Amino acid sequence: MEALLAVTIGVLVAGAVYLMLARNVLRFIFGLVLISNAANLVIFTAGRLTPGEPPLIPEGADAPVGTVANALPQALVLTAIVIGFGLFAFALVLMFRAYTSLGTLQSDEMRVAEPRDDGL
Amino acid sequence: MTDEPNAAPAAPGLAGLLPVALSAVLFAGFLALVPQVADGGAIRLAWDWVPTLGIALSFLVDGLSLTFALLISGIGALVFLYSWAYLGRKPEFGRYTLFLTGFMLSMLGLVLADNLIALFVFWELTTITSYLLIGFNHEQADARRAALQALFVTGAGALAMLAGFILLGFTAGSFELSVILAQGEALRAHALYLPILILILAGTFTKSAQFPFHFWLPNAMAAPTPVSAFLHSATMVKAGVYLMARLHPALSGTEIWMWSLTIFGAITAVFASVVALRQTDLKQALAYTTLMALGTLTLFLGQESGYAMTAFATFLIVHSLYKAALFLVVGNIDYATGTRDARILGGLARTMPVTAFAAALAAMSMAGLPPFLGFIGKELKYAGALAVASEPLVVAGAILIASALMLAVAGVVAIRPFWLPPGGAFPRQPRPAPWPMLTGPVILALLGATFGIYPDTLERALVAPTVAALLGSAEEAKPLVLWAGVNLPLILSVATIVLGVTIYAFKLRLRAALARAEAALPSFDAGWDRFLKGLNRVAVWQTRVIQPGVLRFYIFVTFVTVLIGAAGTMLARGALPALPSLSTVTWDGLALSLLIVAGAAIAAVTGSRIAAMAALGVVGIAVAMIFIVFGAPDVAITQLLVETLVVVLVAVALLRLPALDPPGTRDRRPRDAVLAGAVGLTVTLTLLAVIERPLDRSLTDYFETASWVEAFGRNIVNVILVDFRALDTFGEIAVVVIAALSAYALLRTTDKRRPE
Repeated sequence: MEALLAVTIGVLVAGAVYLMLARNVLRFIFGLVLISNAANLVIFTAGRLTPGEPPLIPEGADAPVGTVANALPQALVLTAIVIGFGLFAFALVLMFRAYTSLGTLQSDEMRVAEPRDDGL
Repeated sequence: MTDEPNAAPAAPGLAGLLPVALSAVLFAGFLALVPQVADGGAIRLAWDWVPTLGIALSFLVDGLSLTFALLISGIGALVFLYSWAYLGRKPEFGRYTLFLTGFMLSMLGLVLADNLIALFVFWELTTITSYLLIGFNHEQADARRAALQALFVTGAGALAMLAGFILLGFTAGSFELSVILAQGEALRAHALYLPILILILAGTFTKSAQFPFHFWLPNAMAAPTPVSAFLHSATMVKAGVYLMARLHPALSGTEIWMWSLTIFGAITAVFASVVALRQTDLKQALAYTTLMALGTLTLFLGQESGYAMTAFATFLIVHSLYKAALFLVVGNIDYATGTRDARILGGLARTMPVTAFAAALAAMSMAGLPPFLGFIGKELKYAGALAVASEPLVVAGAILIASALMLAVAGVVAIRPFWLPPGGAFPRQPRPAPWPMLTGPVILALLGATFGIYPDTLERALVAPTVAALLGSAEEAKPLVLWAGVNLPLILSVATIVLGVTIYAFKLRLRAALARAEAALPSFDAGWDRFLKGLNRVAVWQTRVIQPGVLRFYIFVTFVTVLIGAAGTMLARGALPALPSLSTVTWDGLALSLLIVAGAAIAAVTGSRIAAMAALGVVGIAVAMIFIVFGAPDVAITQLLVETLVVVLVAVALLRLPALDPPGTRDRRPRDAVLAGAVGLTVTLTLLAVIERPLDRSLTDYFETASWVEAFGRNIVNVILVDFRALDTFGEIAVVVIAALSAYALLRTTDKRRPE
């Protein structure tokens, strides 16, 4: 199952990279969302997949009984999801603001910091 | 280009007198070492510096370094005394003194160092301090340019030299000069001899301003006159000569050493003395004669004979004495009249008799007239030239021309301004110079005369020990005598004097001819400007290529780098994973994977905003489902929540945003697709390689056993987040808060540049 997910993640990354290379910054943000999902899945998959057994300790026991899912990558992914969302929200607002200021979503035309004809 | 000397001598100040005392004490200390060193006892001091690299802070006092140390500290003391009167009233005098003291101490460190790395550090310290000194009048663009030019030229040479030092150190097995110098035979036979030699000569030729790197030195005249006197007589430019002399026992004796030093030295000497005659600014004329002296010294270091080495040692001292004296004399003239133009100056002997006297003595030494030390130096130069094994006539001819021109220049500096009628009105009424400005020139000029009449003292104390340091034995030193009988050098001397006087007599006509020739020839100085301009153009071009300001280009390069780094490493290490087995694939897992693949594909290719938003939602939900299926309900809940918010936020934003593609176009980018596919494939392969390996569960095991026992929580993931890794979670919350605040700030600010 891990192998199948590895292939799936590969496709997800390919789509994300393709979007991030686009001229339109909105597409870049779509790519950003996809690549965060891909990263989370990579961490999750690298910790191995255990179907149907959440890492919980039953009443009366001191440790999980039997094989449960790996808790460590889950904790990491939880953090990553939230931070990824923070990044996404900020990027979206930044893009929105850039559009209201510059009147374009095409990154090639956003040349305020590095004008085309700077003589240096 | 005048440096506006003081209106009147300054009152004594600590900044003025402290360095005089310091250098005088140093001079006295070195003087006390003379008897011991003259008896052949070299003194060595060493401290560990970077012992793991074999670098020590070690110093060696032998004949060669002691001669230099005496010149540096002695002339230093006189220059400091002079500066006190010359610049003492300037508000920047404290800074000036600091720079000059720093320079003198670096120079002393350079000539005394016995370790190549220590020597290099001192060498670069002289580069930096001389940069500050040349650019001292930093309000003038000329001075800034000259300082930068000196820094670039000598700094570039020094970098090459450092490479040479490192090669030399590894070849010889030690960075200690005393060890290296004992291995001359082995070094000369070594395969790396040629690279070492070329790299080190690049350093010494630039520092000592040998043709074709000579152009920075005359420009360095932008420095205040006492600095010029110091830089040109005993220090800075002599550093290169010193190093060639220091390494003479180790590197000399090969054809390439002999020819490169002889040819470059001879060209520099003749070229410089011709150009010197052409100058009308007295300071410039002297600057070019320094080049001539450096060329001559280099030329002699190319040789092996005792005559050549004796000539080297003697001329080194002669030149330092008269050159420092004459520069200070020119400073006095400038101070007295406000000009240094040889065409205007004249009749100053009455106003400034002491200066005129010092100028006459120093100039006669420079011209090589008896009974001055310069005469002995010149006789030795001819003897040394005639002892050159291969081409004695060429070398002697070069020296004859250079010496004759030198005599003419000496006349320009010492006769014209003092004894002939003035050629025009001075900028100010001439006035006598105060005593601190007379002490230096007079002492230096008198020394030139005294050593000429009593050369034995100098020979025993400094010349023979220097020759011993160069050739290994003081026996090789030739005697310094005023009258050696009628021989070939004497005849050549007479010829020099006749030729020199003739040139002096016709100097005006010659000057005009030289000016025409100079205008016709390409100028190195202008070439330097073109070189810098070209360098700037290359930098601009390179910046445009590397930083075109196109965001997509930067992202493209980033991903290409990731691709090369990851895929390249995997290929190079042969870490490609085996073909995986798909036997554990479950139906729900397969369905969710297909959903993700479809969502990613649609998001990538669609031109519709709604379709893209829906595709993102599909991917997000499918990922959440995977978390549910594989035992991560907490993660799934968070993912669902975030995914919902993402879609809502994008939808809100889309209300105000234009279509993804401009009307009539579609987003099709085959090149990007290839890169994206390659990056995706690399991620897949990396992940496959990772899951091939056994999993290290030690951390997970720890959390599983400790979660209830230590933290009293049954949901292990939650316990990790809020207990074991609580600080991480706190950081995560901080990130979200900062993102929210920044987003809020962005939305609230008004924009002054809003397009119409």
